[in-house]
Amino acid sequence: MSMNKEKDFGTPASVATQTINLEIDGFKVTVPAGTSVMRAAASIGIDIPKLCATDSIEPFGSCRLCVVQIEGGRGMPASCTTPVGEGMKVATQNKKLADVRRGVMELYISDHPLDCLTCSANGDCELQDMAGAVGLREVRYKPVTTHLDAKKDNSNPYFSFDPSKCIVCSRCVRACEETQGTFALTIDGRGFDSKVSPSQNQDFLSSECVSCGACVQACPTATLMEKSVIDHGQPEHAIVTTCAYCGVGCSFRAEMKGDQVIRMVPNKDGKANHGHSCVKGRFAFGYATHKDRITKPMIRASIKDAWQEVSWEEAINHAASELRRIQAKYGKDSIGGITSSRCTNEETYLVQKFIRAGFGNNNVDTCARVCHSPTGYGLKKTFGEASGTQDFDSVMDSDVIVVIGANPTDGHPVFASMMKKRLRQGAKLIIVDPREIDLVNKSPHIQADYHLKLRPSTNVALINALAYVVVTENLVDEDFVKARCDVASFEKWRTFINQEKNSPEASAAITGVPAADIRAAARLYATEKNGAIYYGLGVTEHSQGSTMVIGIANLAMATGNLGRRGVGVNPLRGQNNVQGSCDMGSFPHEFPGYRNVADPVTRAFFEDAWQAPLSGEPGLRIPNMFDAALDGSFLGLYCEGEDIAQSDPDIKHVHAALRAMECVIVQDIFLNETAKFAHVFLPGASFLEKDGTFTNAERRISPVRKVMKPLATYADWEVTQMLSNALGYPMNYSHPSEIMDEIASLKPTFSHVSYQKIDELGSVQWPCTEEAPEGTPTLHEEHFLRDNGKGLFMLTEYVATSEKITPMFPLILTTGRILSQYNVGAQTRRTENNAWHSEDRLEIHPHDAEDRGIVDGDWVGIKSRAGETVLRALVTERVQVGVVYTTFHFPESGANVITTDNSDWATNCPEYKVTAVQIAKVLAPSEWQQNYADFSEQQLELLEAAQHNA
Amino acid sequence: MKIERLITMANDISNYFNAEPDRKDAVAGVRNHIAHSWEPRMRKALIEYNQQDGSELSELARAAVAEL
Repeated sequence: MSMNKEKDFGTPASVATQTINLEIDGFKVTVPAGTSVMRAAASIGIDIPKLCATDSIEPFGSCRLCVVQIEGGRGMPASCTTPVGEGMKVATQNKKLADVRRGVMELYISDHPLDCLTCSANGDCELQDMAGAVGLREVRYKPVTTHLDAKKDNSNPYFSFDPSKCIVCSRCVRACEETQGTFALTIDGRGFDSKVSPSQNQDFLSSECVSCGACVQACPTATLMEKSVIDHGQPEHAIVTTCAYCGVGCSFRAEMKGDQVIRMVPNKDGKANHGHSCVKGRFAFGYATHKDRITKPMIRASIKDAWQEVSWEEAINHAASELRRIQAKYGKDSIGGITSSRCTNEETYLVQKFIRAGFGNNNVDTCARVCHSPTGYGLKKTFGEASGTQDFDSVMDSDVIVVIGANPTDGHPVFASMMKKRLRQGAKLIIVDPREIDLVNKSPHIQADYHLKLRPSTNVALINALAYVVVTENLVDEDFVKARCDVASFEKWRTFINQEKNSPEASAAITGVPAADIRAAARLYATEKNGAIYYGLGVTEHSQGSTMVIGIANLAMATGNLGRRGVGVNPLRGQNNVQGSCDMGSFPHEFPGYRNVADPVTRAFFEDAWQAPLSGEPGLRIPNMFDAALDGSFLGLYCEGEDIAQSDPDIKHVHAALRAMECVIVQDIFLNETAKFAHVFLPGASFLEKDGTFTNAERRISPVRKVMKPLATYADWEVTQMLSNALGYPMNYSHPSEIMDEIASLKPTFSHVSYQKIDELGSVQWPCTEEAPEGTPTLHEEHFLRDNGKGLFMLTEYVATSEKITPMFPLILTTGRILSQYNVGAQTRRTENNAWHSEDRLEIHPHDAEDRGIVDGDWVGIKSRAGETVLRALVTERVQVGVVYTTFHFPESGANVITTDNSDWATNCPEYKVTAVQIAKVLAPSEWQQNYADFSEQQLELLEAAQHNA
Repeated sequence: MKIERLITMANDISNYFNAEPDRKDAVAGVRNHIAHSWEPRMRKALIEYNQQDGSELSELARAAVAEL
């Protein structure tokens, strides 16, 4: 193992296809037109000294260290800003150049502390390297005034800013602009007074900085430095792995010192993130070694008992015997399990296989049930494949981008940076969201062309109105529809849409969006060359979530926006492996590859492969499991890596169901909320402790690699295997690569996937088959993946939600997430990310707040038909009148105490986005919160008893 | 299984397929959806309810459940 440092070519690669021939220091080189002289030289191993240039940002030409001489040219141009020319002859080294470079370095060093031996960047400092490269031996200047006493800013929990070491190269400023797109940094002042300034000369923490770390990565000195490097020194080896947070699936170099992660550095070759990251992926990895990690298996007879630490063997045998006992007493279908979108593909596959073949039923489900199950249903029905159609890079070819019910800058920040780059280049933007997300007008140099600020729950009325404009104003791409779609279904859909009730004017009364805006937005989407739709949980988490996904698919097909780069229908997946967990067969009615369990041919195929009889009946979905638990017919649950006691709706119902079960087995890295209701706790492994793969929102299968030993001895796949063996269904894998080989043999779209291929290519997008051995960036290029190859239009009647506002519940509560925290917060709450968001707040429009005498910071009671909780108020115009909003990252918030059991008609995905509520100023937590605080405290005492007795 | 919940689910499914202009397609749509995605004890409970009462089910849901 070694650091294998990534080469810095100085300037970005050119995408031109035309090539240029030139000579550098007598060596011939051929590069794409538009390449800089610096990059051309670097490509043949000639590293021209540089400080202000780095290949993640555009050249700037300020440091003057990279000067060269060009035969026949005048002066000494900067090689970073000079493009190659045909026949050019370049000299990168001669005495004149050396003198200039030494002079430049002398000036830099004259105002730089000479503390290299004790500097945190020692061993990884470009300034130090350049001093060596130019042969600097003395500094003649003795400046009267310097920056050496400039005050250090330690406000950011993850990195420090030491302006005394700054050379004002602007790499940080440019990274913030070009890479991240936040524009939080600037160079303030002129001449000697020039300095890097976060926002308006603020400290980093209180500035607009989103702590993505792009500036830290770009800094050539110790000015911006990870505190972990300051504390522990430079890493000595690096392993490429994949982030375990959102569905972007960023590739990272875990830079290590022994088995300690020193820093996570986004991998320049990562095809999803291209060397960029967010505050979670880059910095919030400390949870993996947090003191709350539980590393010993535990059991107890009831949730009122203290936990007892036991050996792995005892815990596994106890769990298996309990599962067998329950099945013997209550029947084969009385137990089930939940797979995890936070675990690897291999682990998820193994859990569903264990349940289907080991339990003998199909009672397996996954957290996609509560997020993107409507995506699976809607896109499978219309397009034939339950996944997004594009790769992320496709957005760079989009002319109009439609964002529906998603908040990419917070939920999918690294992809949002790419999207913002395209928007700054001039792509048009349509936002469909009840709330003013940052992309509407808060992201610098970006302004949505249309913000269709609809009322929550009216998505389908809006998508139908957009389609009405397309159909009635002759904006249908008739050629595409005729060639690529099921024409009969199209004609039926056209007749349906072409009803007056779907017109923008009629739907305006439902959606609250002016008809003129709907018409203009529809025209924009339909007439620009490439229109791309990106959507999130604001689409799926509704009673008509699946209908809306279908509506989006219909609109894309009708306008011909499918099957090429720049277009498509793109669900932004919430968790790192939601796509993968669905692909692996986590739904109760589908085997891996979305194949129905009722199909006898499919079933026989899997029975043969797994050497076990399989049920042809669909199993219970998660909410059905809860209902069955309460009626006494579902008594045992194996829950891997999910926290249903916090994340699922109508939480009182969930807790009652968990209490009703006789054996709840939780496999997790922490004693999460669900584990407080458990009888067996099997310690899990974080993503840093195991091998496997994750599949991101663009169907990209990326490697997860063990960088440290599992703290609890075993990786999660090994635990599942032990449990399966104890239950009597044999499994004998020695490495996750063998599991992937089995998946590839059973799932046609994975037929050419292997660890060897993933290692060779870095990652691969499925379908990866004989026809597409290196994967498929864009789906449906020639034909749709339905049996007949034709896209299917389906009807999308708007049906109002049954969750109505009334005088008693006059407001609509909708939920979402924030950049610094992640879902139930089990990981990010155990990091310094709390510096940005330490509690969930309730956003209230000033009018609604004033009506109720609520001011910012007040405690507010929120009451729905399901329950009541209390949060502090945040009065803001981001939400519209009549709508309140909160995040759900903290269990004590009880956001899901108030959400109801309303759900999507097709998939039972909960209607998190629509809950009728009333709010009022209060002085104390709700009864539920007080009771739950007591329960939690009791459970932690029962845990401490186990650890004390061990 | 709590029958009220199953009734709501069946009616929600019917609400989607109500848009089908062909009544036979609508009934088949509801029936197939339930048959392909509901666990047997859920189907059984709903079938029994439809046979004994059924009054809370929509007309389309009743027709579809009758074919299960």
